[in-house]
Amino acid sequence: RREHPWEPGPQTPPPCLSLPASCRAKMATEGLHENETLASLKGEAESLKGRLEEERAKLHDVELHQVAERVEALGQFVMKTRRTLKGHGNKVLCMDWCKDKRRIVSSSQDGKVIVWDSFTTNKEHAVTMPCTWVMACAYAPSGCAIACGGLDNKCSVYPLTFDKNENMAAKKKSVAMHTNYLSACSFTNSDMQILTASGDGTCALWDVESGQLLQSFHGHGADVLCLDLAPSETGNTFVSGGCDKKAMVWDMRSGQCIQSFETHESDINSVRYYPSGDAFASGSDDATCRLYDLRADREVAIYSKESIIFGASSVDFSLSGRLLFGGYNDYTINVWDVLKGSRVSILFGHENRVSTLRVSPDGTAFCSGSWDHTLRIWA
Amino acid sequence: MTIAALRRLQMPGLAKMERVIVSMQDPDMGIKMRNQRLLITVIPHAMTGNDIVEWLIQKYSISEEESLHLGNLLVKHGYIYPLKDPRSLVLRADDSPYRFQTPYFWTSSKWPATELDYAIYLAKKNIRKQGDLIDHEKDNYNLLHKRINHTWDFVVMQAREQLRAAKQRRKGDRIVIDCQEQAYWLVNRPPPGALNVLEHGPERRNCHISRVQLPENTDYYKREIECCRKAMGRTRVKSSICLEGYIKFNEQYVPHDPIMSGCLPSNPWITDDTTYWAMNAPTVMTPTKLRVERWGFGFSELLGDTLGRRQLLEFLKKEFSAENLSFWEACEELRYGEQARIADIVDSIYQQFLAPGATRWVNIDSKTMERTLEGIKTPHRYVMDDAQMHIYMLMKKDSYPRFLKSELYRSLLAEAIMPPETKKRVFPFMRKQRHSSPSPALLLPTGEPEVKAEDQSKVVAVPMES
Repeated sequence: RREHPWEPGPQTPPPCLSLPASCRAKMATEGLHENETLASLKGEAESLKGRLEEERAKLHDVELHQVAERVEALGQFVMKTRRTLKGHGNKVLCMDWCKDKRRIVSSSQDGKVIVWDSFTTNKEHAVTMPCTWVMACAYAPSGCAIACGGLDNKCSVYPLTFDKNENMAAKKKSVAMHTNYLSACSFTNSDMQILTASGDGTCALWDVESGQLLQSFHGHGADVLCLDLAPSETGNTFVSGGCDKKAMVWDMRSGQCIQSFETHESDINSVRYYPSGDAFASGSDDATCRLYDLRADREVAIYSKESIIFGASSVDFSLSGRLLFGGYNDYTINVWDVLKGSRVSILFGHENRVSTLRVSPDGTAFCSGSWDHTLRIWA
Repeated sequence: MTIAALRRLQMPGLAKMERVIVSMQDPDMGIKMRNQRLLITVIPHAMTGNDIVEWLIQKYSISEEESLHLGNLLVKHGYIYPLKDPRSLVLRADDSPYRFQTPYFWTSSKWPATELDYAIYLAKKNIRKQGDLIDHEKDNYNLLHKRINHTWDFVVMQAREQLRAAKQRRKGDRIVIDCQEQAYWLVNRPPPGALNVLEHGPERRNCHISRVQLPENTDYYKREIECCRKAMGRTRVKSSICLEGYIKFNEQYVPHDPIMSGCLPSNPWITDDTTYWAMNAPTVMTPTKLRVERWGFGFSELLGDTLGRRQLLEFLKKEFSAENLSFWEACEELRYGEQARIADIVDSIYQQFLAPGATRWVNIDSKTMERTLEGIKTPHRYVMDDAQMHIYMLMKKDSYPRFLKSELYRSLLAEAIMPPETKKRVFPFMRKQRHSSPSPALLLPTGEPEVKAEDQSKVVAVPMES
């Protein structure tokens, strides 16, 4: 004798009948209909994605490392720390180069944002943000301003002034407003526009002077962690990576997603365009970096090694795109031969996670920032 | 989802480390464990630091430096602990004895550590050492005593009970259990100033964890389906063709890549000599050979270089099509300009370049002109896109190839300089004085925002290059 309707008997009742009556009633009306639509949409999306992968595979007739067999192998690789920038009192989270090839801006967990002449290691400006975990910072193309943000969910622009009487924070402009943390920001081709990525799952384009939202980009299913603008001569596109393991390419004008790639097995922490603009690289918590070709519309290389266990937090290419530098959460920097797919070198030095890495505008060096409170210039 | 599985998701490195640890303990392919002697006591199932380093070198074909680094990570995360000097979680590549941590104490199993457990641990230590705890442990002990005072009797009772049970074990076992516990607490309650491996950044709203909270409504999937459908219809290029592109690009650019090929006279970061930057400044009298060569790689290279663009203007003037470049620059100013000024900029472009009888009238096809003039009635940032593209393509397909064949370009190439390599300094410790340079932020005149915008826009209209 069954006491409760949901106890398994000789004939197990269908799931919905074993729920309490109130619930059943609700489901019978709207709830059930919505669930069916959501489930069927999800199923359709999954099957389309599968078919898309099949289409992409059809034109894949050769691997990159095969084509690269005739390229000369790289010789002995020597890169050393040439400068160590000490001054942050806490984890360095982000950095960006000035177009003058020697100045940089860096931001840290304790809210400090510092502008350095990294050649002399002198600090030129410093401002303390009203929030902690300033995860994003960027140098304006003119070299006259910086942008930064983090747990305050905003992106603010600070004009750089040498006027001793002026407090940098006084002229601060609050530009972007998101509903979750700011993970990345970048000026476009001028000081007057900023592109942002946020933990709220969206990217957005803003007018700096007015703070007006010019365009928003929806499509990621979780936090967006990184973005990079295409070096295209005519186009207006950018790529973003997120916690949904997707890398998405966007049209800045229409707000539409042009291409989407989902081959990583974990969060994508960093995306960077290959110098020709025909491809981009990504670094992920799954301990791999990958190369995606935009014309072939697929992943064309994976940079990984069994001994590399921790995620890649930040990636960038050397000027020619032959080398890919990856900063990792195991405190090291791995240097990859982009064409042959092999690791060229591993650089030790930082004493905690490498959180940010950028090659200088003229390719003479790269800068790494770490949770060990320092930045290093390598050449 | 179990706590362990959740932790492994949040810290993906943990699962991988655990796989390494498991294969290190494989009876056939793993490390050969033996009894290790610790003073007079014999500890079974132990290995030396050297064993660990050697095994990693063999298993992953890596250098000793990398192997030591990886091994150190395993120790710092508490998966292997030292028997000698157990307070220091460091891997030494010598015959120091080490042991694998019991899975009970693995970071993924027992995290986060509870206050109660820590209190019991400190209480045990306190009793054993008769109140003589080290600084930070003493502080923590007092703090906990205040915070969870209500359960303190329980804490002391547990501590006494555990100590009593431990006394009944062999000395060897007691040492092992003590070391295991100590290692666990060194990872979970590191002393102030020590590396905290469990530190992580702000919470990410990972889709696995917060599936419930995500706005995974029908809109999200509709967008995905839309994106997929569009992607299905894309023209794709065969891999063999795309990948050839990388080989060609590599060939062209590697000689220009300072990290790959060095730079003449020397890399400023290495020799502290900034001549390279001076010679390649945006505006110099005579550009370097490499720079002028690069203008020939593609139209964007010429346009993107301040000096190159100037030379292009000179050439276009000779061909009476200089207005094309000016028009393109003005359109860039519109695309990346301040929102409030859009109407003004559009009007200015119209007056200068598109109006009938304009002084710098640009020659665009009638269809595009018609569309543009219509669009100007409701000016927006992208209203000049079609016209701009038309003129850009004209310059790229028509003027640019002629520029490369022109006398102007040939003489630039001929006159371009090739700096000699700086001889290596004989006395490396005599470092050159590092001079500061004027900040770009100083170069602009202060005051008029009008001037600022104009100046900035001149810097603006340079296509992004990496």
